[in-house]
Amino acid sequence: MTERRTMFEKIWADHVVINEDPALLYVDLHLVHEVTSPQAFAGLEQMGRGVRRPDLTVATVDHAIPTTGRSLGIRDPRSKKQVDTLKSNTEKHGITFFGLDDPRQGIVHVVGPENGYTQPGKVIVCGDSHTSTHGAFGALAFGIGTSEVEHVLATQTLWQKRPRTMAVEFDGPLPDGVTAKDMILGMISQLGVRGGIGHVIEYRGEAIRSLSMEERMTICNMSIEGGARAGMIAPDQTTFEYLDRRPAAPKGSDWDAAVKYWSGLVTDDEAVFDAKRHVDASSLVPHVSWGINPGQTAPITASVPDPDAFTDPVEKDSVVRALQYMALRPGTPFTDIAIKHVFVGSCTNGRIEDLRNAARIVAGKRVANGVSAVVVPGSMQVKTQAEQEGLADIFTSAGFSWREAGCSSCLAMNDDVIPSGERCASTSNRNFEGRQGRGARTHLVSPAMAAAAAITGHLVDVREWS
Amino acid sequence: MKPVSQVAGRMVPLPQADVDTDQIIPKQFLTRTERTGYGQYLFYDWATTEDGQPSSDFFINDPSRKGAKVLIAGRNFGCGSSREHAVWAIQDWGFDAVIAPSFGDIFRNNSMNVGLLTIELPDELVSQLLDLAQDPATEIRIDLENQLVQAGDFAVEFEFDREPKERLLKGLDPIGMTLQQDAAISAYEAKRPAWR
Repeated sequence: MTERRTMFEKIWADHVVINEDPALLYVDLHLVHEVTSPQAFAGLEQMGRGVRRPDLTVATVDHAIPTTGRSLGIRDPRSKKQVDTLKSNTEKHGITFFGLDDPRQGIVHVVGPENGYTQPGKVIVCGDSHTSTHGAFGALAFGIGTSEVEHVLATQTLWQKRPRTMAVEFDGPLPDGVTAKDMILGMISQLGVRGGIGHVIEYRGEAIRSLSMEERMTICNMSIEGGARAGMIAPDQTTFEYLDRRPAAPKGSDWDAAVKYWSGLVTDDEAVFDAKRHVDASSLVPHVSWGINPGQTAPITASVPDPDAFTDPVEKDSVVRALQYMALRPGTPFTDIAIKHVFVGSCTNGRIEDLRNAARIVAGKRVANGVSAVVVPGSMQVKTQAEQEGLADIFTSAGFSWREAGCSSCLAMNDDVIPSGERCASTSNRNFEGRQGRGARTHLVSPAMAAAAAITGHLVDVREWS
Repeated sequence: MKPVSQVAGRMVPLPQADVDTDQIIPKQFLTRTERTGYGQYLFYDWATTEDGQPSSDFFINDPSRKGAKVLIAGRNFGCGSSREHAVWAIQDWGFDAVIAPSFGDIFRNNSMNVGLLTIELPDELVSQLLDLAQDPATEIRIDLENQLVQAGDFAVEFEFDREPKERLLKGLDPIGMTLQQDAAISAYEAKRPAWR
């Protein structure tokens, strides 16, 4: 009898260059952006080292770039220098670069999949924690720091301690009006922000199998918010159909060979995971975060929790801090919370389906008085497609601002900052203190929930909008 | 990287759980293209008021904490963003080590790569250190070679992986080490499918 292996174990084994602990792993795709790479290229320069595989490296700009007035260039001199530095570094080393004026520019985790670079079975790294997104294709994808970026540039490999495996089974079908964002927020609220430390999660079960690629990316994207460095979903027909004919996907007989190989990556029946968790998908409802980490999240039907309900003193302290920062009183129904800002975008929810889901809610309505609502497409290709489908018109007619692609208010490194003390319903991934701007208060929600909040001016259960 | 074997000095307690790298180094300082000079921005939003004045109750502004070497932190320290700038800021401020019940995975890797010692101890032991660290004068000593932490009567052994330990003790350059494996990497590349 052959050994039963998980998908993670198969991909790991296929990438081991030196089988020690830690192992030397080969990297198939290295994604690069402007913020975490300049020091890595400078390090290469200093040591007189080159880039081993520029052909396996792809760069774009996303984190700190403007989403308006691009024809005027980048006003912030430091951000401009970062973008110029990446441009000259990629030119020098022969790396594919999607610059500010390239129609393929966008958030690195949107660009990789939509151009077909992201494929099953690959080891994918990037100097960004949301690299876990690419695991949606059945890849092993994880975020790395700048020293590791330099290591991959120089050697196309990384020394990695083998992580443990965890299966998260979403049991049952997903109810109507509940989205992938609610699945992952619900999971993190149950497992906690430390639940996945040291593990690679494989998301499994009926509710996962029926998701589109874009929904799967939303789930895997937030693996890091549950403490896991990587999350993955087995490739299937949905995956292959998404990838077929994308520019960087294999073609012709290569495609056939690739699909055959990819199909064999699926976790064997009876393979053993180091840990196993269950989430009841059929009982999930739309979720909203109320605190300052993504685990501080609850069903929209609930109310702000009472710190006294937490017995662990560390957790209790964390809730007290959260409610103070968020200016929330225990017992307040979530649907009573008024918001002033809405952000639709990010590597979690800035893809075409996300914009369609938000537009469906917005169509024919107006943004509430006093609410500033913004849509930032995840890439220029998403932007173009949304304009062709008429989504941009729906948003702008309703009073939304329609922007160029980038990370924008997800981390507010550019001018898209939420003012201090103001509240934002956001489709992004982190509600950390100051994440969207110093003193800004973030409520993480799905695109449909964010759109509904924009129309009503407060958090709302989107299921009541049908 | 400079070799790391002993760390000795005073401690700073930071008990709250889940301190993310956005707090350690806020995003407005990530547009710099240098590796140095981040210490002045460590925990910037906690250390300053919104108009840029020092906030009185945070350790960064407490003269008795200046020159401390070891940060005693809560669970899941350094979670969130992969920004290595967080580690650079902690080191540049003057810390040589962080002790916590657990760390964000990427933060811990980043720390190993630049010689910031990260030590995991069980919750109850970290609680004892947090108590000891209330007194700004209390000294702590970390011996990586023998995997020992000592502060007065407090003396415990800690676990540490063999490979990063050796790398830290010798101050080895990981890229230089890997480049010596060129033959193995080339052999791997030769058998990679062309379509991948």
